[in-house]
Amino acid sequence: MAETLLFNALRAAIDEEMARDPSVFVLGEDVGHYGGSYKVTKDLYTKYGELRVLDTPIAENSFTGLAVGAAMTGLRPIIEGMNMGFLLLAFNQIANNAGMLRYTSGGNYKIPLVIRGPGGVGRQLGAEHSQRLEAYFQGVPGLKMVACSTPYNAKGLLKAAIRDDNPVIFFEHVLLYNLKETLPDDEYVLPLDKAETVRKGKDVTILTYSRMRHHVTNAAKTLVQEGYDPEIIDLISLKPLDFDTIGESIRKTHRVIIVEECMKTGGIGAELVASINDRFFDELDAPVIRLASQDIPTPYNGTLESLTIVQPAQIVEAVQNIVPLRV
Amino acid sequence: MVQERTLPEFPTALASITREEGLVVYEDMILGRFFEDKCAEMYYRGKMFGFVHLYNGQEAVSSGVIKAMRSDDYVCSTYRDHVHALSAGVPARNVMAELFGKATGCSKGRGGSMHLFSAEHNLLGGFAFVAEGIPVATGAAFQTKYRREALGDETADQVTACFFGDGAANNGQFFECLNMAALWKLPILFVVENNKWAIGMAHERATSQPEIYKKASVFGMPGFEVDGMDVLAVRSIAQEAVARARAGEGPTLIEALTYRFRGHSLADPDEMRSKAEKEVWFSRDPIKKFAAYLTEQNLVQHDELLDIERRIQSVIDDAVQFAQSSAEPDPSELYRYIFAED
Ligand SMILES: Cc1ncc(C[n+]2csc(CCOP(=O)(O)OP(=O)(O)O)c2C)c(N)n1
Ligand SMILES: [Mg+2]
Repeated sequence: MAETLLFNALRAAIDEEMARDPSVFVLGEDVGHYGGSYKVTKDLYTKYGELRVLDTPIAENSFTGLAVGAAMTGLRPIIEGMNMGFLLLAFNQIANNAGMLRYTSGGNYKIPLVIRGPGGVGRQLGAEHSQRLEAYFQGVPGLKMVACSTPYNAKGLLKAAIRDDNPVIFFEHVLLYNLKETLPDDEYVLPLDKAETVRKGKDVTILTYSRMRHHVTNAAKTLVQEGYDPEIIDLISLKPLDFDTIGESIRKTHRVIIVEECMKTGGIGAELVASINDRFFDELDAPVIRLASQDIPTPYNGTLESLTIVQPAQIVEAVQNIVPLRV
Repeated sequence: MVQERTLPEFPTALASITREEGLVVYEDMILGRFFEDKCAEMYYRGKMFGFVHLYNGQEAVSSGVIKAMRSDDYVCSTYRDHVHALSAGVPARNVMAELFGKATGCSKGRGGSMHLFSAEHNLLGGFAFVAEGIPVATGAAFQTKYRREALGDETADQVTACFFGDGAANNGQFFECLNMAALWKLPILFVVENNKWAIGMAHERATSQPEIYKKASVFGMPGFEVDGMDVLAVRSIAQEAVARARAGEGPTLIEALTYRFRGHSLADPDEMRSKAEKEVWFSRDPIKKFAAYLTEQNLVQHDELLDIERRIQSVIDDAVQFAQSSAEPDPSELYRYIFAED
């Protein structure tokens, strides 16, 4: 397959799954005729019809509840959040019904539902369009959360999310849609619950996900030149966290840096620190370092915005600080 | 006291109900009433906990609508859901056991009074938050349309009945779903049980247009008000709406004017509603009204009604016995049912 842009990798995943299983359908604002705000569903409605690529009114809580009801009764909906931030309006349906209904129903119903869309801090989109909802949703039992970061994993993970019988919140990042990668010609599906080791190393474990993975790999170029050997893990699954992969790495490096785009308070990193303390405290040679966004609404101004999120230089510095100098 | 809204007249001559149907409906109403009375007793005896919302007085709505539907149709309720579950065919044993928190409950003791579910009976829930069931019901109706039109399944003609209160009809999900259901012609009945109160909030104090059925018109949807204390009137409207929905002609909004004979929940001292108001409505008891119809029309003898009542009393006693003697959920299964795989 030729070089594929990330948004087209997502589109291919949806297309393949819709062709494979007629109970799969897409719904959301402007997913049909318009093709999605980031063109992930472009022209799919001409192939599958307007019922399977359903343009909804701007009514997030209600169309999310509609998808829950459709999932309970046997369909496999994929909701596109035009921007993930808008799903704050659907918080009730996502938390109470997508997340908890299987449990409160004592297993009467399953809810095979994917909620996907663009999130994260983009380029001067302002506070409301720059949200990291994973921090808010991580406390909801029954939900799975996955963050893609490359065209390859975007495609394989989305296909897996669509096939999963549980509600999966699938995070895409507004600044990653145009990443390019050559994808395999053959069909592939990736596991939803496995972290991806991006670079093997022995000095320090860097846990990251989504766009910050690319900041970390950038920082790693500098670090490697300086003689450091970091291990980079893309978490992929934000809920549940893959503690097998995380633990294996910590047992090797004994040092951890978390690089995330969430705000520091109550973010994925906060949960990671607590869980690492619970599980691997004896393995640690240094306190876990957490690099996260500032606890502020993301400012519009470009300079302020870049001060809000973690930059590669800070990652370099953190590694320099935590890894003892070898001469 | 607020002026009572005039109940729409339903000429009994228009009612067409056979003896057999009449018996089914009467039995269902008695089941609902006796079940709820037993719940009150069990609650005060400390057998069930949490917020328990009883349905006494509103039986004509559940029985009138659900008994006009097929068993493979869908029913969606609120936290006031015991009787909808019973009308939908969930056995009294499993509903009572759920209220007792037992493993044999319809939600395996995980749900409780406000979270009754039964996939087997197409009961979608049991929704504890006001109005949140409306989108879910709309989704079930969408599923039927999808199955028929996108999957070409001609047997997909199920109708969904979505029940909720006057208070819920001021929530955005109500309007959003009316819009989508009308837009896509979904096979659904939105049944508002206007019992005049949302806990302590009088309906007139909460809405700019108290006649809820009129809100259908702006969506181009048929809307009807009906005497919610007259099961024949409710049934007749429901039959028409179900037929329309099944024929692919889209949704209907039905506003049933009704009244709850007890407080909002068993924890509510019920101090807001005037004695005069209550008396007006108590005199419209839907069960008495229907019993009178059945005997006056000579469809059923008075003794037969007494037989039904005796039989249902033993069903209720059996349900309590079953609930009481059922096992508690196994603590080792605390984590079960979080994900689809277990
Ligand atoms: C989202 C939400 N807000 C508030 C409540 C608390 N509450 C429970 S029932 C109720 C009144 C609802 O009245 P109505 O819709 O008329 O139904 P009824 O109880 O009369 O059957 C309220 C405010 C709730 N359960 N959910
Ligand atoms: Mg009410």
